[in-house]
Amino acid sequence: MTDLLAARSQMAMSLGFHIIFAVVGIGMPVLMVLAEWRWRRTGDGLYLDLAHRWAKGTAILFAVGAVSGTVLSFELGLLWPGFMAQAGAIIGMPFSLEGFAFFTEAIFLGIYFYGWDRISPRAHLAAGVVVAVSGALSGIFVVIANAWMNAPTGFDLVNGRPVNIDPIAAMLNPAAFPQTLHMTLAAYAATGFAVAGIHALRLLREPGNGFDRRALSVALLAGAPAALLMPLSGDLSGRHVARWQPVKLASLEGQFRTETGAPLRIGGWPDEAAGETRYALEIPRGLSLLAFHDPDAEVKGIEAFPREDRPPVAPVHVAFQIMAGLGSFMALVAAWALALMLRRRDASAHRWLLRALAAAAPMGFICVEAGWVVTEVGRQPWVIQGVLRTADAVTPMPGLVVPFLTFTLLYCVLGVIVAWLLHQQVFRIVDKGEAVMPVGIRSGEIG
Amino acid sequence: MTDLFTLPNALAGLIAVSLNGYVLLGGADFGGGVWDLLSSGPRRASQRALIAEAIGPIWEANHVWLILVIVLLFTCFPPAFAELATTLHIPLSLMLIGIVLRGSAFTFRAHHGPDSAMTLHWGRVFAIASTLTPVFLGVCLGALASGAIPRAAKTGFHAAFIAPWLTPFCFAVGTLALTLFAFLAAVYLTVEAREIALREDFRRRALAAAAAVFMAAGGTLILARWSAPLVRRGLGESAWALPLHIATGLAAVIAIGALWTRRYRLARVAAATQVSLILWGWAFAQYPYVVPPALTIAQAAAPTSTLIPVLWALAAGALVLFPSLAYLFRVFKTQPESS
Repeated sequence: MTDLLAARSQMAMSLGFHIIFAVVGIGMPVLMVLAEWRWRRTGDGLYLDLAHRWAKGTAILFAVGAVSGTVLSFELGLLWPGFMAQAGAIIGMPFSLEGFAFFTEAIFLGIYFYGWDRISPRAHLAAGVVVAVSGALSGIFVVIANAWMNAPTGFDLVNGRPVNIDPIAAMLNPAAFPQTLHMTLAAYAATGFAVAGIHALRLLREPGNGFDRRALSVALLAGAPAALLMPLSGDLSGRHVARWQPVKLASLEGQFRTETGAPLRIGGWPDEAAGETRYALEIPRGLSLLAFHDPDAEVKGIEAFPREDRPPVAPVHVAFQIMAGLGSFMALVAAWALALMLRRRDASAHRWLLRALAAAAPMGFICVEAGWVVTEVGRQPWVIQGVLRTADAVTPMPGLVVPFLTFTLLYCVLGVIVAWLLHQQVFRIVDKGEAVMPVGIRSGEIG
Repeated sequence: MTDLFTLPNALAGLIAVSLNGYVLLGGADFGGGVWDLLSSGPRRASQRALIAEAIGPIWEANHVWLILVIVLLFTCFPPAFAELATTLHIPLSLMLIGIVLRGSAFTFRAHHGPDSAMTLHWGRVFAIASTLTPVFLGVCLGALASGAIPRAAKTGFHAAFIAPWLTPFCFAVGTLALTLFAFLAAVYLTVEAREIALREDFRRRALAAAAAVFMAAGGTLILARWSAPLVRRGLGESAWALPLHIATGLAAVIAIGALWTRRYRLARVAAATQVSLILWGWAFAQYPYVVPPALTIAQAAAPTSTLIPVLWALAAGALVLFPSLAYLFRVFKTQPESS
């Protein structure tokens, strides 16, 4: 393993690990607040129990997210000092703002988790709202920094050095809006569907359980509208990529030759040696229509770009197919569930919907991981699109395979423990020490 | 000294303020883990419970000070961040592993039942990680202070990536950081303990830690004669050195005197002052360098067009941060003295 590959692997692994906790940190506060708000309005103790359990799970996940996020902020320099030396002054601004958003989130999460009986009910709910807002803002600021790597603006390059730096213009880069919208919606969709799926599975085993029915309705309330909007925001992102990163678009679509009226390829395997994507289902003119909203538009192929500027096509194409495919399935399930809910039908009594939701439980997170593969691998060989190559940004430190394996092992262990703890603490054991455990629930009903 | 009040200096100062925040708040949380490791006697379980209760609601917020330091460093002084992260790859990675294990283990422990074997296990991981992390933080600061960071003309893995930090001086600074954090934690815990006996436990620990601080600081100063000429010169010969030493010493004497006479709130203020003065003593000794002896604050600074928006962002952020922090500490750190 070369040092460059080890550094890229460590960064990918760290980001892939952290993103799960970051997404939960954006999505779960919304669910907690919705459950608590319903409890305050209806007095239904099951909603309070739900808020408690979700808060407990979020506490575990947020802690791991906070420390793994710290690792990432250091890794920017530990692995990519050449990148930070150039980019720090340009995109440090959103990171600084993120620092404050994260501060606010951590402060009010502490108040929310530990303050149930220390502050007024209204203040407690407000603390939850602050957590939800600052969590979303944290994510938005970080994604803005990433968007700048895809569409770098706010500086002039003179002799390979950035001058005339304007950090505000860098924050307002053209990728910022489509990317932050897509990621924020994804966080709500992934979290909402994961929670909905878990409770759908439990409802399949034990139909009509009041606890799970309430959990399902809150989770769908947060996740389904976002999942429904995802294809629209995906379209916005896709058209943006078509304009600003044509080689990334060509890679994720497996489009090797420049073509007018290009077809949309579903599935398939890009064969880089042969220069074609095999076994794909082709919808005529579909890509031109989707990417440019014009069936006759010209789509640039990978072969229009110098070999040294091309990303690896196969992983980008496959990751994109996974994201788009699973995302479309989630959108359909979301439409189904919302249609039932709008007609005031009991979604939790619909066994086929429950099965579909259970199947969709991991899909949001798979989509998030696949989406990051698309955006990050699709930008290669650049770390800053068109400005700085990844190979020129890596640290001169040798033996990078050692930290890569060390952090991988550490994160594997943490991942297993977190999964086990969530299973034990949130779903199985009803903690007898918990102060507020509303009546009407016996431990057997939850396990 | 004529141009002390420049924009880059202001931001360097704000980074030092953030580091000060991390040391006083986040540092004390690590110190709490040290006392968890060293908990003993008939009240061992209540010592641990008090520590967990004291840091539980606030450690994540306290931890963000470190993120602020890093983010401000790479935004305002990008070449300095790149140099530090390159040369100190190994100790920074070790510190990060400590940070990850401390935070995760603390949370895992909190979510097991009190009688679980896993609770004990995670408690041990939390305590050991809390003890090692400050040492590596100190090692990194020691390497910075000793002027070993710049990579120019260094060849070979050992010279570039090991020798700068694997020195007695760096580990003396690491030990100093550890003793300072443990001292802060013990002093804070005397205020937070509600039982007299528990309070006495931490009073004795605070006094012992004060002695350890004294020895670690003495050792660091002696080693600085050879290893950190810049710091030694700053702390020995500058015009501000004598008043600073007097003020630090005075704060230390007040802290110990207040502990002795059981005036814990006074001890808390004095201990925090003492630790802050030590930090600022190092910062001023290093001035005007951000990475001695190669990069000055002015040389490493990002352009004004970056620094001004950051300053505004900090001002706006502070408007949100300080009321929120005040609220957090009011909710969790104000208890009736009598109860």
